[in-house]
Amino acid sequence: MEKVVVKVCLGTTCFVMGSSNLQGLNEVVKEKYGDAVVVEGSPCLGVCSTNWEFSKAPYVKVNNEIVQEATVESVLAEIERQLA
Amino acid sequence: MTSNNTTNLKKEILIRLVKAFWSQEFEKKTRLIPFDMRPKGAEVPYRCCIYKERKIIKDRVIAGLGFPIEEDDDTMSLAEYAKMALDREVLDDKPLTVLEAACKACVPNQVKVTDLCQGCIARPCQAACKFGAITVVDGKSVIDYTKCKSCKMCVAACPYNAIVKVAVPCEDNCPVGAISKNSDGTARIDFDKCISCGKCVSKCPFGAVHEKSQIIDILKLIRDKKETVIMFAPAIMTQFPGTIGQLKTAIKKIGFNHVYEVAQGADITTRKEAAELAERMEEGQPFMTTSCCAGYNEFIKKHAPEIKPYESTTHTPMYYTAEIAKKEHPNAKLIFVSPCVAKKQEARENENVDFVLNAKELGAIFIGMGIEILDCEEAVDAVQPSKQGRKFPVIGGVAEAVQFCATCEVKPVIINGLNKDTAKQLKKYAKDGVCPDGNIIEVMCCEGGCIRGNATIADPKTSKKILQNVLENSEDIEK
Repeated sequence: MEKVVVKVCLGTTCFVMGSSNLQGLNEVVKEKYGDAVVVEGSPCLGVCSTNWEFSKAPYVKVNNEIVQEATVESVLAEIERQLA
Repeated sequence: MTSNNTTNLKKEILIRLVKAFWSQEFEKKTRLIPFDMRPKGAEVPYRCCIYKERKIIKDRVIAGLGFPIEEDDDTMSLAEYAKMALDREVLDDKPLTVLEAACKACVPNQVKVTDLCQGCIARPCQAACKFGAITVVDGKSVIDYTKCKSCKMCVAACPYNAIVKVAVPCEDNCPVGAISKNSDGTARIDFDKCISCGKCVSKCPFGAVHEKSQIIDILKLIRDKKETVIMFAPAIMTQFPGTIGQLKTAIKKIGFNHVYEVAQGADITTRKEAAELAERMEEGQPFMTTSCCAGYNEFIKKHAPEIKPYESTTHTPMYYTAEIAKKEHPNAKLIFVSPCVAKKQEARENENVDFVLNAKELGAIFIGMGIEILDCEEAVDAVQPSKQGRKFPVIGGVAEAVQFCATCEVKPVIINGLNKDTAKQLKKYAKDGVCPDGNIIEVMCCEGGCIRGNATIADPKTSKKILQNVLENSEDIEK
């Protein structure tokens, strides 16, 4: 099975709007999915700059799907959805 | 303070203000902020209706423009406020303001008997109450509020946990009793008592207490091409992605001319405080407290003058950094940046410091101007503050630095957060003239130190990690 790649945006907008809250994601994912899901930090994913949607930051990409106003819970839900 | 709905709402308003400022129509764009955030037909996430949502956003914009909300009677438009902010020469002197419309939702501070009351036979609540405030009516305990003193003895006595003390977060967290709910249900700050620590700002779940921002005044300096100096507290580098060098470049990209790490001033504070401690010990004094926390300094001034003789007379890192910056750039406007609310008060009393920004406001400027820190080049600086100076914002860091430099024996005592209990403890040390646990007392108003200050952005775990990286690449202080 293909690996699920989770990219947490560490661009200024996402960081200021709370992407540092997603710190815990790495551990939770490792425990739950082992090597099947990889979490990595990413420079600006460019989502906020398309139409300046800063208010929906922080953004996380799960493969090609964008999760807006991301929390640990909402990212986990998207991973679940894709693995199902 | 980790990001949540209320902090992000406040940040979003600041970002919109920054964007409005740099547009050609500041006044109009500012007037439209509540409508842009809650357009016609938008969902109403928090309040009863869209009109109240907009009204509360309007109040938050007023604070963002640096004006007191208490004095607003709703007749002035945000466009008028925006113009006033542009024309303003003098800043409002009180750093905080309370939003009445956002505040009223919270129940007054009192003890309540809930439905869980079983109407038991033993009635331990009645026995525990020293004021005769509890009677049993129709098989349930009832509190007579003319007699109740909110002592909570009944809360502790009930075996069913049926009696609760309703929390009022601002009142409960204020270490000095400076904020309380009026009879009309809204909170008011008594500025004669307030030490500007900012606990009410970060603890109110409705986000009803605001800092009055100086963001417009600072952006005006850039627009008018005035020479400016940014001095950022060591806690600030833990609040953003990237390295210190990248942060410095990002700050310059905004348009500020010179950037100083306040850790540079912290190194001076350390050396002076270490020397002062040795001197005091030689004179036979029992103990000394640190003096770098602005909230604590205000606390001594307003509530505990008896501690003053024991407080170090050494100045704060901001003070020394500003002194250096002013000497090097005598015509520049000096702006201090930190995650602290109380520093606004300290800056007001420092003739070298002109303005104060907090971490959220700096973040809002970066976002509003589209500055990407991780894309910035590494700025190279000749001045490299020490590991100890950069560790000031972590609880225990100041005492550790003093210990590192001191020539006498040092035994630190750490006051991790000023609250009603630790305030009492400090007063007791001063009253007795004895501190049984050590000779240098480090006091931090915010639990965890400045990296957990009331206007921080980053998750505390993340900021600790960032700081760890910085410290690994820093040298020990020269003694």
